[in-house]
Amino acid sequence: MNLRADLALISDWIKPGARILDLGCGDGTLLKHLRDTMNVSGYGIEIEQSNIVKCIESGINVIHNDLDEGINNFFDADSFDYVVMTQALQAIRHPEQLLDEVLRVSSDAIITFPNMGYWTNRVQLALGGHMPVTKSLPNYWYNTPNIHLCTLYDFENLCKQLDIRIIKRHVVDSQHKHNWLAKLFPNLFGEIAIYHITKK
Amino acid sequence: MPKTIAENSIGIVIPELHHFDEPLLLDCGKTLDEYDLVVETYGTLNADKSNAILICHALSGDHHAAGYHSMDDKKSGWWESAIGPGKPIDTNKFFVVSSNNLGGCKGSTGPTTKIPGTDTYYGPDFPIVTVKDWVRSQQRLMIKLDIPKWSSVIGGSLGGMQVLQWSIDFPDLIDHAIVIAAAPKLSAQNIAFNEVARQAIMSDPEFHEGHYLANNSKPTGGVMLARMLGHITYLSDDAMREKFGRELREGKLNFGFDVDFQVESYLRYQGKSFVDRFDANTYLLMTKALDYFDPASDYDHNLVNALQLAKAKFLVISFTSDWRFAPERSREICRALVAANRDVSYVEITAHQGHDAFLIPIPEYMAAFAAYMNKITDGFSESKSS
Repeated sequence: MNLRADLALISDWIKPGARILDLGCGDGTLLKHLRDTMNVSGYGIEIEQSNIVKCIESGINVIHNDLDEGINNFFDADSFDYVVMTQALQAIRHPEQLLDEVLRVSSDAIITFPNMGYWTNRVQLALGGHMPVTKSLPNYWYNTPNIHLCTLYDFENLCKQLDIRIIKRHVVDSQHKHNWLAKLFPNLFGEIAIYHITKK
Repeated sequence: MPKTIAENSIGIVIPELHHFDEPLLLDCGKTLDEYDLVVETYGTLNADKSNAILICHALSGDHHAAGYHSMDDKKSGWWESAIGPGKPIDTNKFFVVSSNNLGGCKGSTGPTTKIPGTDTYYGPDFPIVTVKDWVRSQQRLMIKLDIPKWSSVIGGSLGGMQVLQWSIDFPDLIDHAIVIAAAPKLSAQNIAFNEVARQAIMSDPEFHEGHYLANNSKPTGGVMLARMLGHITYLSDDAMREKFGRELREGKLNFGFDVDFQVESYLRYQGKSFVDRFDANTYLLMTKALDYFDPASDYDHNLVNALQLAKAKFLVISFTSDWRFAPERSREICRALVAANRDVSYVEITAHQGHDAFLIPIPEYMAAFAAYMNKITDGFSESKSS
Protein backbone atom coordinates (compact mmCIF):
# COMPACT_ATOMS: atom_id res chain seq x y z
CA MET A 1 0.00 0.00 0.00
CA ASN A 2 1.17 3.49 -0.82
CA LEU A 3 1.47 5.67 2.22
CA ARG A 4 -0.23 9.05 1.88
CA ALA A 5 2.54 11.54 1.08
CA ASP A 6 1.99 13.67 4.19
CA LEU A 7 2.26 10.56 6.31
CA ALA A 8 5.44 9.56 4.50
CA LEU A 9 6.83 13.00 5.18
CA ILE A 10 5.96 12.73 8.86
CA SER A 11 7.79 9.43 9.14
CA ASP A 12 10.92 11.20 7.86
CA TRP A 13 10.66 13.60 10.77
CA ILE A 14 10.37 10.93 13.45
CA LYS A 15 13.31 9.18 15.09
CA PRO A 16 13.32 5.37 14.91
CA GLY A 17 12.22 3.61 18.07
CA ALA A 18 10.28 6.65 19.28
CA ARG A 19 7.21 6.44 21.50
CA ILE A 20 4.40 8.37 19.88
CA LEU A 21 0.80 9.33 20.42
CA ASP A 22 -1.34 9.75 17.31
CA LEU A 23 -4.37 11.95 17.95
CA GLY A 24 -7.22 11.11 15.60
CA CYS A 25 -5.31 8.11 14.29
CA GLY A 26 -8.09 6.97 11.93
CA ASP A 27 -7.59 3.39 10.80
CA GLY A 28 -4.06 3.35 12.21
CA THR A 29 -2.23 3.61 8.86
CA LEU A 30 0.51 5.91 10.15
CA LEU A 31 1.10 4.02 13.39
CA LYS A 32 1.21 0.71 11.56
CA HIS A 33 3.70 2.10 9.05
CA LEU A 34 5.88 3.57 11.78
CA ARG A 35 5.73 0.34 13.80
CA ASP A 36 6.64 -1.83 10.82
CA THR A 37 9.36 0.35 9.33
CA MET A 38 10.82 2.27 12.26
CA ASN A 39 10.10 0.20 15.35
CA VAL A 40 7.97 3.01 16.74
CA SER A 41 5.59 2.17 19.58
CA GLY A 42 2.68 4.07 21.06
CA TYR A 43 -1.01 4.62 20.98
CA GLY A 44 -3.63 6.05 18.71
CA ILE A 45 -6.65 7.98 19.92
CA GLU A 46 -9.77 7.54 17.85
CA ILE A 47 -13.48 8.11 18.29
CA GLU A 48 -14.93 6.37 15.23
CA GLN A 49 -15.90 2.78 16.06
CA SER A 50 -15.19 1.39 12.57
CA ASN A 51 -11.70 2.92 12.65
CA ILE A 52 -11.07 1.47 16.11
CA VAL A 53 -11.86 -2.00 14.80
CA LYS A 54 -9.45 -1.45 11.88
CA CYS A 55 -6.71 -0.40 14.31
CA ILE A 56 -7.32 -3.54 16.36
CA GLU A 57 -7.15 -5.61 13.18
CA SER A 58 -3.75 -4.04 12.46
CA GLY A 59 -2.57 -4.81 15.99
CA ILE A 60 -2.32 -1.10 16.81
CA ASN A 61 -2.89 0.11 20.38
CA VAL A 62 -5.96 2.28 20.03
CA ILE A 63 -7.78 4.15 22.76
CA HIS A 64 -11.36 5.24 22.31
CA ASN A 65 -11.53 8.84 23.39
CA ASP A 66 -13.05 12.14 22.33
CA LEU A 67 -10.30 14.69 21.65
CA ASP A 68 -12.74 17.45 22.57
CA GLU A 69 -12.42 16.17 26.14
CA GLY A 70 -8.69 16.77 25.96
CA ILE A 71 -5.88 14.32 26.65
CA ASN A 72 -4.72 15.49 30.07
CA ASN A 73 -7.05 13.04 31.75
CA PHE A 74 -5.36 10.14 30.00
CA PHE A 75 -1.64 10.84 29.75
CA ASP A 76 1.09 11.97 32.09
CA ALA A 77 3.36 14.89 31.28
CA ASP A 78 6.30 14.13 28.96
CA SER A 79 5.22 10.55 28.38
CA PHE A 80 5.84 10.54 24.61
CA ASP A 81 8.62 11.49 22.21
CA TYR A 82 6.13 12.87 19.71
CA VAL A 83 2.47 13.63 19.49
CA VAL A 84 1.21 13.46 15.92
CA MET A 85 -2.06 15.01 14.83
CA THR A 86 -2.85 14.76 11.14
CA GLN A 87 -5.78 16.76 9.81
CA ALA A 88 -7.59 16.79 13.13
CA LEU A 89 -6.76 20.18 14.65
CA GLN A 90 -9.36 21.97 12.52
CA ALA A 91 -12.12 19.68 13.80
CA ILE A 92 -11.38 20.24 17.50
CA ARG A 93 -13.62 22.38 19.69
CA HIS A 94 -10.74 24.09 21.53
CA PRO A 95 -7.59 23.78 19.37
CA GLU A 96 -5.61 26.19 21.54
CA GLN A 97 -6.29 24.13 24.67
CA LEU A 98 -5.49 20.87 22.94
CA LEU A 99 -2.18 22.27 21.60
CA ASP A 100 -1.32 23.19 25.14
CA GLU A 101 -2.09 19.66 26.33
CA VAL A 102 -0.22 18.15 23.39
CA LEU A 103 2.99 19.93 24.37
CA ARG A 104 2.46 18.87 27.95
CA VAL A 105 2.47 15.14 27.21
CA SER A 106 5.31 15.45 24.70
CA SER A 107 8.06 17.97 24.04
CA ASP A 108 7.59 17.58 20.28
CA ALA A 109 4.52 17.52 18.12
CA ILE A 110 3.83 17.16 14.42
CA ILE A 111 0.63 18.84 13.29
CA THR A 112 -0.94 18.88 9.86
CA PHE A 113 -4.01 20.78 8.70
CA PRO A 114 -5.63 22.06 5.48
CA ASN A 115 -4.52 25.64 4.74
CA MET A 116 -7.52 27.92 4.44
CA GLY A 117 -5.23 30.50 2.77
CA TYR A 118 -4.64 28.21 -0.24
CA TRP A 119 -5.35 30.20 -3.41
CA THR A 120 -8.29 28.02 -4.56
CA ASN A 121 -10.00 28.57 -1.21
CA ARG A 122 -9.42 32.31 -1.52
CA VAL A 123 -10.76 32.40 -5.07
CA GLN A 124 -13.84 30.37 -4.24
CA LEU A 125 -14.73 32.63 -1.34
CA ALA A 126 -13.70 35.98 -2.92
CA LEU A 127 -15.05 35.47 -6.45
CA GLY A 128 -17.42 32.51 -6.15
CA GLY A 129 -18.91 33.93 -2.96
CA HIS A 130 -19.23 30.54 -1.32
CA MET A 131 -17.35 28.52 1.28
CA PRO A 132 -14.52 26.61 -0.41
CA VAL A 133 -15.03 22.98 -1.45
CA THR A 134 -11.78 21.35 -2.59
CA LYS A 135 -9.94 18.06 -2.51
CA SER A 136 -8.49 18.85 0.90
CA LEU A 137 -11.76 20.39 2.12
CA PRO A 138 -14.33 18.14 0.49
CA ASN A 139 -17.37 18.97 2.66
CA TYR A 140 -19.97 21.71 2.42
CA TRP A 141 -20.33 24.32 5.16
CA TYR A 142 -23.29 22.49 6.69
CA ASN A 143 -21.78 19.04 6.94
CA THR A 144 -18.11 19.73 7.49
CA PRO A 145 -16.45 18.49 10.67
CA ASN A 146 -13.95 21.32 10.23
CA ILE A 147 -15.10 23.99 12.65
CA HIS A 148 -11.75 25.75 13.15
CA LEU A 149 -10.14 26.25 9.78
CA CYS A 150 -7.10 28.49 9.69
CA THR A 151 -4.29 29.67 7.44
CA LEU A 152 -0.57 29.18 7.95
CA TYR A 153 -0.46 32.77 9.09
CA ASP A 154 -3.19 32.16 11.70
CA PHE A 155 -1.54 29.01 13.02
CA GLU A 156 1.84 30.64 13.35
CA ASN A 157 0.27 33.56 15.18
CA LEU A 158 -1.33 31.17 17.64
CA CYS A 159 2.02 29.46 18.15
CA LYS A 160 3.50 32.84 19.01
CA GLN A 161 0.74 33.49 21.55
CA LEU A 162 1.16 30.08 23.11
CA ASP A 163 4.97 30.34 23.24
CA ILE A 164 5.31 27.46 20.81
CA ARG A 165 8.46 27.24 18.71
CA ILE A 166 8.19 26.06 15.12
CA ILE A 167 11.08 23.73 14.33
CA LYS A 168 10.09 22.87 10.79
CA ARG A 169 7.36 23.71 8.32
CA HIS A 170 6.44 22.02 5.09
CA VAL A 171 3.56 22.63 2.69
CA VAL A 172 2.24 20.26 0.05
CA ASP A 173 -0.61 20.17 -2.46
CA SER A 174 -3.59 17.85 -2.32
CA GLN A 175 -1.50 15.09 -3.91
CA HIS A 176 0.79 15.79 -0.95
CA LYS A 177 3.55 16.88 -3.30
CA HIS A 178 5.83 19.82 -2.75
CA ASN A 179 6.30 22.42 -5.49
CA TRP A 180 8.42 25.52 -5.99
CA LEU A 181 5.47 27.95 -5.92
CA ALA A 182 4.43 26.60 -2.55
CA LYS A 183 8.00 27.01 -1.39
CA LEU A 184 7.98 30.68 -2.33
CA PHE A 185 4.47 31.52 -1.18
CA PRO A 186 3.42 28.81 1.24
CA ASN A 187 0.32 30.55 2.61
CA LEU A 188 -1.00 31.00 -0.93
CA PHE A 189 0.12 27.84 -2.70
CA GLY A 190 0.39 25.32 0.12
CA GLU A 191 -2.77 23.25 0.37
CA ILE A 192 -1.79 21.19 3.40
CA ALA A 193 0.53 22.41 6.13
CA ILE A 194 2.83 20.17 8.15
CA TYR A 195 4.50 21.60 11.25
CA HIS A 196 7.01 20.26 13.72
CA ILE A 197 6.53 22.27 16.91
CA THR A 198 7.97 22.26 20.40
CA LYS A 199 7.77 24.13 23.67
CA LYS A 200 9.86 27.30 23.82
CA MET B 1 -35.46 -26.51 25.69
CA PRO B 2 -33.56 -26.08 22.46
CA LYS B 3 -35.36 -28.34 19.98
CA THR B 4 -32.36 -27.92 17.75
CA ILE B 5 -29.06 -26.43 18.78
CA ALA B 6 -27.87 -23.47 16.72
CA GLU B 7 -24.98 -24.17 14.38
CA ASN B 8 -22.86 -21.55 16.06
CA SER B 9 -23.31 -23.15 19.47
CA ILE B 10 -20.72 -25.46 20.95
CA GLY B 11 -23.67 -27.81 21.56
CA ILE B 12 -23.85 -30.34 24.39
CA VAL B 13 -21.07 -29.94 26.94
CA ILE B 14 -20.12 -32.10 29.91
CA PRO B 15 -18.60 -30.64 33.08
CA GLU B 16 -15.61 -32.40 34.63
CA LEU B 17 -14.60 -32.42 38.27
CA HIS B 18 -10.92 -31.96 39.07
CA HIS B 19 -9.64 -32.82 42.52
CA PHE B 20 -6.66 -31.04 44.06
CA ASP B 21 -4.70 -32.56 46.96
CA GLU B 22 -2.06 -29.90 47.39
CA PRO B 23 -3.15 -27.55 50.20
CA LEU B 24 -4.03 -24.02 49.07
CA LEU B 25 -3.08 -21.24 51.46
CA LEU B 26 -5.68 -18.49 51.24
CA ASP B 27 -5.27 -14.74 51.73
CA CYS B 28 -7.34 -14.94 54.92
CA GLY B 29 -4.65 -17.15 56.45
CA LYS B 30 -6.68 -20.34 56.36
CA THR B 31 -5.75 -23.33 54.22
CA LEU B 32 -7.91 -25.55 52.08
CA ASP B 33 -6.22 -28.95 52.44
CA GLU B 34 -8.01 -30.30 49.41
CA TYR B 35 -10.63 -29.01 47.03
CA ASP B 36 -12.49 -29.67 43.80
CA LEU B 37 -12.97 -27.43 40.80
CA VAL B 38 -15.72 -28.14 38.32
CA VAL B 39 -14.64 -27.26 34.81
CA GLU B 40 -15.98 -27.13 31.28
CA THR B 41 -13.79 -27.00 28.21
CA TYR B 42 -14.75 -26.18 24.64
CA GLY B 43 -12.69 -26.74 21.50
CA THR B 44 -9.38 -28.57 21.18
CA LEU B 45 -5.96 -27.78 22.56
CA ASN B 46 -3.60 -27.45 19.60
CA ALA B 47 -0.30 -29.32 19.21
CA ASP B 48 1.91 -26.57 20.59
CA LYS B 49 -0.65 -25.81 23.34
CA SER B 50 -0.75 -22.16 22.33
CA ASN B 51 -4.51 -21.70 21.91
CA ALA B 52 -5.83 -22.02 25.47
CA ILE B 53 -8.17 -19.40 26.89
CA LEU B 54 -9.33 -19.09 30.48
CA ILE B 55 -12.79 -17.62 31.04
CA CYS B 56 -13.36 -16.03 34.45
CA HIS B 57 -16.93 -15.73 35.66
CA ALA B 58 -18.71 -12.91 37.47
CA LEU B 59 -20.68 -12.83 40.73
CA SER B 60 -23.51 -15.18 39.85
CA GLY B 61 -21.78 -17.01 36.99
CA ASP B 62 -20.26 -20.47 36.95
CA HIS B 63 -18.28 -22.92 34.81
CA HIS B 64 -21.17 -23.33 32.37
CA ALA B 65 -20.22 -20.52 30.01
CA ALA B 66 -21.43 -21.97 26.70
CA GLY B 67 -23.48 -24.73 25.16
CA TYR B 68 -26.12 -26.91 26.82
CA HIS B 69 -25.93 -29.73 29.34
CA SER B 70 -28.77 -31.59 27.70
CA MET B 71 -31.44 -31.18 25.08
CA ASP B 72 -33.82 -30.44 27.97
CA ASP B 73 -31.90 -27.33 29.03
CA LYS B 74 -33.98 -24.19 28.85
CA LYS B 75 -30.96 -21.95 28.84
CA SER B 76 -27.50 -22.04 27.33
CA GLY B 77 -24.32 -21.16 29.21
CA TRP B 78 -24.05 -17.57 30.41
CA TRP B 79 -21.70 -16.36 27.64
CA GLU B 80 -23.20 -18.21 24.70
CA SER B 81 -23.23 -14.84 22.90
CA ALA B 82 -19.42 -14.73 22.75
CA ILE B 83 -18.23 -18.35 22.90
CA GLY B 84 -18.82 -20.85 20.10
CA PRO B 85 -17.90 -21.70 16.53
CA GLY B 86 -17.39 -18.48 14.56
CA LYS B 87 -18.04 -16.27 17.61
CA PRO B 88 -15.46 -13.84 19.02
CA ILE B 89 -14.09 -16.61 21.27
CA ASP B 90 -14.07 -19.05 18.38
CA THR B 91 -14.10 -22.65 19.61
CA ASN B 92 -12.89 -23.78 16.17
CA LYS B 93 -9.64 -22.00 16.93
CA PHE B 94 -9.33 -21.79 20.69
CA PHE B 95 -9.38 -24.28 23.53
CA VAL B 96 -11.59 -22.62 26.13
CA VAL B 97 -11.42 -23.47 29.84
CA SER B 98 -14.11 -22.27 32.23
CA SER B 99 -14.21 -23.21 35.90
CA ASN B 100 -16.54 -22.53 38.81
CA ASN B 101 -14.67 -20.43 41.35
CA LEU B 102 -13.80 -21.73 44.79
CA GLY B 103 -16.60 -20.82 47.15
CA GLY B 104 -19.11 -21.20 44.33
CA CYS B 105 -22.22 -23.32 44.51
CA LYS B 106 -22.18 -25.18 41.20
CA GLY B 107 -19.83 -28.05 41.99
CA SER B 108 -16.53 -26.52 43.04
CA THR B 109 -15.67 -26.71 46.73
CA GLY B 110 -17.71 -24.11 48.57
CA PRO B 111 -20.34 -23.56 51.26
CA THR B 112 -22.69 -26.17 49.76
CA THR B 113 -20.08 -28.96 49.66
CA LYS B 114 -19.10 -31.04 52.66
CA ILE B 115 -15.94 -30.59 54.68
CA PRO B 116 -13.66 -33.46 53.56
CA GLY B 117 -13.91 -36.50 55.81
CA THR B 118 -17.08 -35.23 57.51
CA ASP B 119 -20.78 -35.17 56.88
CA THR B 120 -20.97 -31.45 57.57
CA TYR B 121 -21.50 -28.73 55.00
CA TYR B 122 -18.96 -25.93 54.96
CA GLY B 123 -21.82 -23.46 55.08
CA PRO B 124 -20.71 -20.19 56.67
CA ASP B 125 -17.41 -21.78 57.75
CA PHE B 126 -16.07 -21.81 54.22
CA PRO B 127 -13.18 -19.35 54.37
CA ILE B 128 -13.48 -15.95 52.71
CA VAL B 129 -11.80 -16.27 49.33
CA THR B 130 -10.29 -13.42 47.33
CA VAL B 131 -9.70 -12.78 43.65
CA LYS B 132 -6.04 -13.62 44.28
CA ASP B 133 -7.02 -16.98 45.79
CA TRP B 134 -9.11 -17.75 42.72
CA VAL B 135 -6.24 -16.89 40.43
CA ARG B 136 -3.93 -19.19 42.41
CA SER B 137 -6.46 -22.01 42.18
CA GLN B 138 -6.91 -21.43 38.45
CA GLN B 139 -3.14 -21.61 38.01
CA ARG B 140 -3.20 -25.02 39.72
CA LEU B 141 -5.92 -26.04 37.28
CA MET B 142 -3.74 -24.84 34.42
CA ILE B 143 -0.94 -27.15 35.54
CA LYS B 144 -3.38 -30.03 35.85
CA LEU B 145 -4.65 -29.44 32.32
CA ASP B 146 -1.03 -29.27 31.12
CA ILE B 147 -1.42 -25.78 29.69
CA PRO B 148 1.92 -23.94 29.70
CA LYS B 149 0.49 -20.50 29.01
CA TRP B 150 -2.89 -18.91 28.46
CA SER B 151 -3.24 -17.30 25.08
CA SER B 152 -5.81 -15.08 26.79
CA VAL B 153 -7.56 -14.75 30.07
CA ILE B 154 -10.97 -13.16 29.54
CA GLY B 155 -13.73 -11.99 31.84
CA GLY B 156 -16.44 -9.41 32.47
CA SER B 157 -17.23 -7.59 35.71
CA LEU B 158 -15.80 -9.64 38.63
CA GLY B 159 -14.39 -11.89 35.89
CA GLY B 160 -12.49 -8.92 34.46
CA MET B 161 -11.00 -8.31 37.89
CA GLN B 162 -9.62 -11.86 37.90
CA VAL B 163 -8.08 -11.11 34.50
CA LEU B 164 -6.32 -8.04 35.91
CA GLN B 165 -5.06 -10.07 38.87
CA TRP B 166 -3.83 -12.82 36.54
CA SER B 167 -1.82 -10.32 34.51
CA ILE B 168 -0.12 -9.03 37.65
CA ASP B 169 0.35 -12.28 39.60
CA PHE B 170 1.45 -14.55 36.73
CA PRO B 171 2.80 -12.20 34.05
CA ASP B 172 4.66 -14.99 32.25
CA LEU B 173 1.62 -17.23 31.96
CA ILE B 174 -0.68 -14.94 29.98
CA ASP B 175 -0.31 -13.38 26.53
CA HIS B 176 -3.52 -11.36 26.34
CA ALA B 177 -5.72 -9.92 29.07
CA ILE B 178 -9.26 -9.00 28.08
CA VAL B 179 -10.97 -6.96 30.77
CA ILE B 180 -14.64 -6.15 30.17
CA ALA B 181 -16.99 -3.93 32.20
CA ALA B 182 -14.68 -4.08 35.20
CA ALA B 183 -12.99 -1.72 37.65
CA PRO B 184 -9.58 -1.63 39.34
CA LYS B 185 -11.36 -1.73 42.71
CA LEU B 186 -14.84 -1.11 44.06
CA SER B 187 -16.11 2.34 44.92
CA ALA B 188 -17.83 3.14 48.21
CA GLN B 189 -21.14 3.02 46.34
CA ASN B 190 -20.36 -0.45 44.95
CA ILE B 191 -19.50 -1.70 48.43
CA ALA B 192 -22.63 -0.08 49.83
CA PHE B 193 -24.85 -2.00 47.39
CA ASN B 194 -23.05 -5.23 48.32
CA GLU B 195 -23.57 -4.51 52.00
CA VAL B 196 -27.31 -4.02 51.54
CA ALA B 197 -27.44 -7.34 49.66
CA ARG B 198 -25.57 -9.08 52.47
CA GLN B 199 -27.79 -7.54 55.13
CA ALA B 200 -30.87 -8.69 53.23
CA ILE B 201 -29.55 -12.26 53.37
CA MET B 202 -28.17 -12.24 56.89
CA SER B 203 -31.25 -10.65 58.45
CA ASP B 204 -33.54 -13.30 56.98
CA PRO B 205 -34.81 -15.41 59.91
CA GLU B 206 -34.18 -18.53 57.84
CA PHE B 207 -30.47 -17.70 57.54
CA HIS B 208 -29.56 -19.33 60.88
CA GLU B 209 -26.18 -17.58 60.85
CA GLY B 210 -25.38 -19.37 57.63
CA HIS B 211 -26.28 -22.87 58.88
CA TYR B 212 -29.55 -23.02 56.95
CA LEU B 213 -28.58 -26.27 55.18
CA ALA B 214 -28.11 -28.02 58.54
CA ASN B 215 -31.46 -26.58 59.60
CA ASN B 216 -33.19 -27.72 56.42
CA SER B 217 -34.16 -24.18 55.59
CA LYS B 218 -33.20 -21.45 53.13
CA PRO B 219 -33.06 -17.65 53.45
CA THR B 220 -35.29 -17.33 50.42
CA GLY B 221 -36.54 -13.81 51.07
CA GLY B 222 -33.05 -12.49 51.72
CA VAL B 223 -31.49 -13.99 48.61
CA MET B 224 -34.42 -12.75 46.56
CA LEU B 225 -33.98 -9.21 47.88
CA ALA B 226 -30.24 -9.33 47.24
CA ARG B 227 -30.81 -10.42 43.67
CA MET B 228 -33.53 -7.82 43.07
CA LEU B 229 -31.16 -5.12 44.27
CA GLY B 230 -28.38 -6.53 42.11
CA HIS B 231 -30.61 -6.54 39.06
CA ILE B 232 -31.39 -2.86 39.46
CA THR B 233 -27.67 -2.11 39.37
CA TYR B 234 -27.12 -4.31 36.31
CA LEU B 235 -29.65 -2.43 34.20
CA SER B 236 -29.59 1.22 33.23
CA ASP B 237 -32.41 3.69 33.81
CA ASP B 238 -32.91 3.76 30.03
CA ALA B 239 -32.96 -0.02 29.70
CA MET B 240 -35.58 -0.31 32.44
CA ARG B 241 -37.68 2.43 30.87
CA GLU B 242 -37.50 0.72 27.50
CA LYS B 243 -38.21 -2.73 28.88
CA PHE B 244 -40.99 -1.88 31.34
CA GLY B 245 -41.80 1.82 31.33
CA ARG B 246 -44.64 2.21 33.80
CA GLU B 247 -46.58 -0.59 32.24
CA LEU B 248 -49.12 -2.16 34.57
CA ARG B 249 -49.32 -5.91 34.85
CA GLU B 250 -53.10 -6.03 35.06
CA GLY B 251 -53.77 -2.83 33.18
CA LYS B 252 -54.95 -1.00 36.31
CA LEU B 253 -53.72 0.12 39.71
CA ASN B 254 -54.76 -2.27 42.47
CA PHE B 255 -54.33 0.09 45.41
CA GLY B 256 -52.47 -2.56 47.35
CA PHE B 257 -48.91 -3.63 48.00
CA ASP B 258 -48.81 -6.49 45.57
CA VAL B 259 -47.40 -6.18 42.06
CA ASP B 260 -48.83 -3.27 40.09
CA PHE B 261 -46.06 -2.50 37.62
CA GLN B 262 -44.31 -4.87 35.22
CA VAL B 263 -40.93 -3.91 36.62
CA GLU B 264 -41.99 -5.23 40.04
CA SER B 265 -43.11 -8.46 38.50
CA TYR B 266 -39.80 -8.77 36.63
CA LEU B 267 -37.69 -8.17 39.73
CA ARG B 268 -39.72 -10.62 41.80
CA TYR B 269 -39.38 -13.24 39.07
CA GLN B 270 -35.60 -12.68 38.81
CA GLY B 271 -35.28 -12.84 42.60
CA LYS B 272 -37.35 -15.99 42.96
CA SER B 273 -35.66 -17.90 40.16
CA PHE B 274 -32.27 -16.96 41.58
CA VAL B 275 -33.17 -18.53 44.93
CA ASP B 276 -33.47 -21.92 43.26
CA ARG B 277 -30.11 -21.75 41.56
CA PHE B 278 -27.87 -19.89 43.96
CA ASP B 279 -26.58 -20.32 47.48
CA ALA B 280 -26.81 -17.55 50.06
CA ASN B 281 -23.38 -18.15 51.58
CA THR B 282 -21.81 -18.14 48.12
CA TYR B 283 -23.50 -14.82 47.42
CA LEU B 284 -21.97 -13.41 50.62
CA LEU B 285 -18.53 -14.75 49.65
CA MET B 286 -18.67 -13.41 46.10
CA THR B 287 -19.65 -9.92 47.25
CA LYS B 288 -16.78 -9.94 49.77
CA ALA B 289 -14.34 -10.98 47.04
CA LEU B 290 -15.56 -8.00 45.06
CA ASP B 291 -15.21 -5.62 48.00
CA TYR B 292 -11.70 -6.84 48.85
CA PHE B 293 -10.41 -6.71 45.26
CA ASP B 294 -7.69 -4.07 45.03
CA PRO B 295 -4.60 -5.31 43.18
CA ALA B 296 -2.83 -1.98 43.71
CA SER B 297 -2.92 -2.45 47.49
CA ASP B 298 0.10 -4.80 47.30
CA TYR B 299 2.07 -2.15 45.42
CA ASP B 300 1.84 0.98 47.60
CA HIS B 301 -1.72 1.48 46.37
CA ASN B 302 -0.29 2.42 43.02
CA LEU B 303 -2.02 0.67 40.12
CA VAL B 304 0.73 1.74 37.71
CA ASN B 305 3.33 -0.06 39.85
CA ALA B 306 1.12 -3.14 39.93
CA LEU B 307 0.54 -3.18 36.18
CA GLN B 308 4.21 -2.58 35.43
CA LEU B 309 4.65 -6.24 36.35
CA ALA B 310 2.20 -7.32 33.66
CA LYS B 311 3.55 -8.55 30.34
CA ALA B 312 0.26 -9.26 28.61
CA LYS B 313 -1.31 -7.13 25.93
CA PHE B 314 -4.61 -5.70 27.07
CA LEU B 315 -8.01 -5.12 25.58
CA VAL B 316 -10.31 -3.11 27.83
CA ILE B 317 -14.00 -2.72 26.98
CA SER B 318 -16.68 -0.66 28.71
CA PHE B 319 -20.31 0.26 28.03
CA THR B 320 -21.66 3.80 28.10
CA SER B 321 -24.76 3.10 30.22
CA ASP B 322 -23.01 0.82 32.73
CA TRP B 323 -23.21 2.61 36.06
CA ARG B 324 -22.13 -0.33 38.21
CA PHE B 325 -18.65 -0.25 36.65
CA ALA B 326 -18.89 2.85 34.49
CA PRO B 327 -16.56 3.60 31.54
CA GLU B 328 -14.61 5.92 33.82
CA ARG B 329 -13.54 2.87 35.87
CA SER B 330 -12.23 1.18 32.72
CA ARG B 331 -10.44 4.40 31.78
CA GLU B 332 -8.71 4.24 35.17
CA ILE B 333 -7.36 0.84 34.18
CA CYS B 334 -6.27 2.16 30.76
CA ARG B 335 -4.58 5.23 32.20
CA ALA B 336 -2.56 3.02 34.52
CA LEU B 337 -1.66 0.66 31.66
CA VAL B 338 -0.52 3.56 29.48
CA ALA B 339 1.52 5.01 32.34
CA ALA B 340 3.03 1.55 32.84
CA ASN B 341 3.88 1.51 29.13
CA ARG B 342 1.82 -1.62 28.46
CA ASP B 343 0.13 -2.46 25.19
CA VAL B 344 -3.55 -1.62 25.53
CA SER B 345 -6.54 -0.94 23.36
CA TYR B 346 -9.66 0.55 24.87
CA VAL B 347 -13.13 0.42 23.36
CA GLU B 348 -16.15 2.19 24.80
CA ILE B 349 -19.32 0.65 23.38
CA THR B 350 -22.42 2.81 23.06
CA ALA B 351 -25.07 0.64 24.69
CA HIS B 352 -28.22 1.30 26.68
CA GLN B 353 -28.33 -2.06 28.46
CA GLY B 354 -26.25 -1.06 31.49
CA HIS B 355 -23.78 -3.44 33.13
CA ASP B 356 -25.55 -6.45 31.59
CA ALA B 357 -24.39 -5.24 28.16
CA PHE B 358 -21.24 -7.33 28.47
CA LEU B 359 -23.37 -10.48 28.06
CA ILE B 360 -25.31 -9.16 25.07
CA PRO B 361 -24.11 -9.61 21.47
CA ILE B 362 -24.14 -5.91 20.58
CA PRO B 363 -22.73 -5.73 17.01
CA GLU B 364 -20.07 -3.05 17.70
CA TYR B 365 -18.94 -4.92 20.81
CA MET B 366 -18.73 -8.26 19.03
CA ALA B 367 -16.90 -6.65 16.07
CA ALA B 368 -14.16 -5.16 18.24
CA PHE B 369 -13.91 -8.30 20.37
CA ALA B 370 -13.73 -10.56 17.29
CA ALA B 371 -11.13 -8.30 15.62
CA TYR B 372 -8.89 -8.63 18.67
CA MET B 373 -9.33 -12.40 18.93
CA ASN B 374 -8.73 -12.87 15.19
CA LYS B 375 -5.48 -10.96 15.50
CA ILE B 376 -4.41 -13.49 18.13
CA THR B 377 -5.18 -16.45 15.88
CA ASP B 378 -3.21 -14.77 13.05
CA GLY B 379 -0.26 -15.23 15.39
CA PHE B 380 -0.95 -18.98 15.60
CA SER B 381 -0.59 -19.50 11.85
CA GLU B 382 2.57 -17.38 11.78
CA SER B 383 4.18 -19.45 14.51
CA LYS B 384 3.16 -22.67 12.75
CA SER B 385 4.64 -21.65 9.41
CA SER B 386 7.90 -20.46 10.95
